[in-house]
Amino acid sequence: MGIPLGAALAACGTSGPTPAGGGASSGGTANNKATYWFLSVQPQEGVRTRAVERFNKANPNGQIAFTALQNDAYKTKIKTSIGAGQAPTIIWGWGGGTLRTYVQAGQVEDLTPWFEQNPAVKDRLFASSFGAATIDGKIYAMPAETMQPIVLYYNKKVFDQVGVKPPESWADIMALVPKFNAAGIAPFSLGGQSRWTNMMWLEFLFDRIGGPEVFQAVFDAKKDAWSNPAALDALTKLQELVKANGFIKGFSSITADSNADQALLYTGKAAMMLHGGWTYGSMKTDGGDFVSGGHLGYMNFPPVDGGKGDPSNTVGNPGQYLSISSKATPEQKEIAKKFFATAVLNDEDVKEWAGTGAVPIVNGADSAFATSEDADFLKFVYGIASNAKTFAQSWDQALSPAAAEVLLDNIAKLFQLSITPQEFVTNMNAVIGS
Amino acid sequence: MSTFTTPARRGTPPPAARKARGGVLPWLAVPALVLFVAFGVIPLIGVLFLSFTSWDGLGEIQLSGLTSWRAVLGDPNLLHSLWVTLLVMVVSWAVQTPASILLGVFLAGRQRYRAVLAVLYFIPLLLSQAAIAIAYKALLDPNFGLGAGLHIDLLIQDWLGEPILAFSVVIFVVSWQFIPFHSLIYQGGVRQIPQSLYEAAEIDGAGRVRKFFSITLPQLKYTIITSSTLMVVGSLTFFDLIFVLTAGGPADATRVLALDMYKRGFQASQMGPASAIAVILVLVGLALALLLRRLGGRDANASQMEGA
Repeated sequence: MGIPLGAALAACGTSGPTPAGGGASSGGTANNKATYWFLSVQPQEGVRTRAVERFNKANPNGQIAFTALQNDAYKTKIKTSIGAGQAPTIIWGWGGGTLRTYVQAGQVEDLTPWFEQNPAVKDRLFASSFGAATIDGKIYAMPAETMQPIVLYYNKKVFDQVGVKPPESWADIMALVPKFNAAGIAPFSLGGQSRWTNMMWLEFLFDRIGGPEVFQAVFDAKKDAWSNPAALDALTKLQELVKANGFIKGFSSITADSNADQALLYTGKAAMMLHGGWTYGSMKTDGGDFVSGGHLGYMNFPPVDGGKGDPSNTVGNPGQYLSISSKATPEQKEIAKKFFATAVLNDEDVKEWAGTGAVPIVNGADSAFATSEDADFLKFVYGIASNAKTFAQSWDQALSPAAAEVLLDNIAKLFQLSITPQEFVTNMNAVIGS
Repeated sequence: MSTFTTPARRGTPPPAARKARGGVLPWLAVPALVLFVAFGVIPLIGVLFLSFTSWDGLGEIQLSGLTSWRAVLGDPNLLHSLWVTLLVMVVSWAVQTPASILLGVFLAGRQRYRAVLAVLYFIPLLLSQAAIAIAYKALLDPNFGLGAGLHIDLLIQDWLGEPILAFSVVIFVVSWQFIPFHSLIYQGGVRQIPQSLYEAAEIDGAGRVRKFFSITLPQLKYTIITSSTLMVVGSLTFFDLIFVLTAGGPADATRVLALDMYKRGFQASQMGPASAIAVILVLVGLALALLLRRLGGRDANASQMEGA
């Protein structure tokens, strides 16, 4: 009964690839192609595409066929495909809680032995990037691409116009809010309909006030972990900022997928924005001379007065992750491993990633920055990542999909002021460990 | 569009049709039946089965008895989603029905300019819901939308960010899209009303308003029931429009049952509870359709044309 259901569900999506598990090889390369799906937004899509094309040129007998998909569409499609046993050979992802569900379902290869045989591949990469790839002590994914800490961006033009300085503490932020509002400029841009955008605020407030231990306790499923006084304090501070009109009018209907939140910053309708490192590249593309003219400022999230957290800490994506489907044929798995060893983050690839204004997760990658026109930003991000005592993974990626959905739902309500911090704590305590 | 020249007469079917019954006629239903079983009944059974399991979409499907049902029925969010769904249903019906009847009556006239208007009114129905939602989302954006572009302060509202406004926008867009369809149904209904009824009323000295309330509306009774059934049952499945427009937000202000189902199933990977909600949706839809049929009287196929 179960199998036809899964197949029926998968059939509801768009056409999948040829079933990875089917078709014994008869020697023809067409049957032995490995498949690879990844996200489609430029400039990253181009880098991924060219890496595959270079690999295919060098390996005429072991080709990879790729498909680029939009972020939200991909998240749904990859889940359904894996469930139906039709996953691509190489599964692109964010590691953490979602990877854990793949592992529990036995859908991805254990790469620990392969990394032991190929220490050179492992040792080149940031050690911190392996955290989200490791489930119960075993490595199930190859860290790849770039790290993306969350950064506090600001518009220098607007700061000059109002005659204020970038904030150095939470108190500064709260003092800046009325000044910008009086000038008719929103203090913070926010794509609140996407919800994980709101979450980034809590990630930093929790860390700055109580340190990384507060969320770690939630992640470790300790009973009533959300009841930590630091959590309550962070939630209260956040609602104070919402009540002071700290976020742009209409933030709860703005989506991050449309990049409208970034547009608010570079058009000067908003003064600051807390967002992922990847937005640097898109603001550079879309924002006219905003980035190239030096009008974009950036900093790590400032400390909260009296907080316990180390101000060097950061949160975000410590890398992107490539897993191998356990349903792939041995030939396909070999191609994938060869791709990991020779094409992922090789020198050419590292240069390309640095060119997008992001830091590849390769030790010593900073030497590739000097010639880049984004050298300042790259050094800043590399500095954040290498100095951070803790580089925490985004909460929604770290938790299981079920727990993440409840979290995002409650965060949206918190920002909407439709629940109190205490209600948030109660709601979240109820689903700890689910 | 104007081929309804003679009012259709209901009554005894012609002898030929009666003869065919029991012959070829039942076989004509086979293609529809096959499609309905393949894409309606079988998935329904699958969903019913899934609602008694725990499945994250990836691993093994495990029977778990009533766990999913308990999780869904014990969740206060279910009541909220049911309430929002009900509200969407009632309010969108209350907005669409009067507007559709009036437009339908207006379009039933045979003047040429009305035919032109009918074509124009019909345009929203031709567009995909997702496209409409994207367009409205862009127009209503408080920072880059229509209001900001034209500098009209009245239009610069947090349209999709305030619960009541967002709900109203959803109702407005739904009505905007579906009023043309229901107007068309009413137009057909009005054109079937025998002219002799109006002539008789005119002789008795009835005015336009009197004729509308005493002839048009009563004669439209079954049209109203048909149109209402489509509206009410249809509103249970509003998904794409709300998903794109507000994603159920702000917070959960516009999270209808169908959206709740999607979020549980495909975002939270809980296929069991999501299937339970799907079953609830089916039951509610069936109950409503039955109720509306009852409202139409014992025999909805009875003739209203006596003496016409």
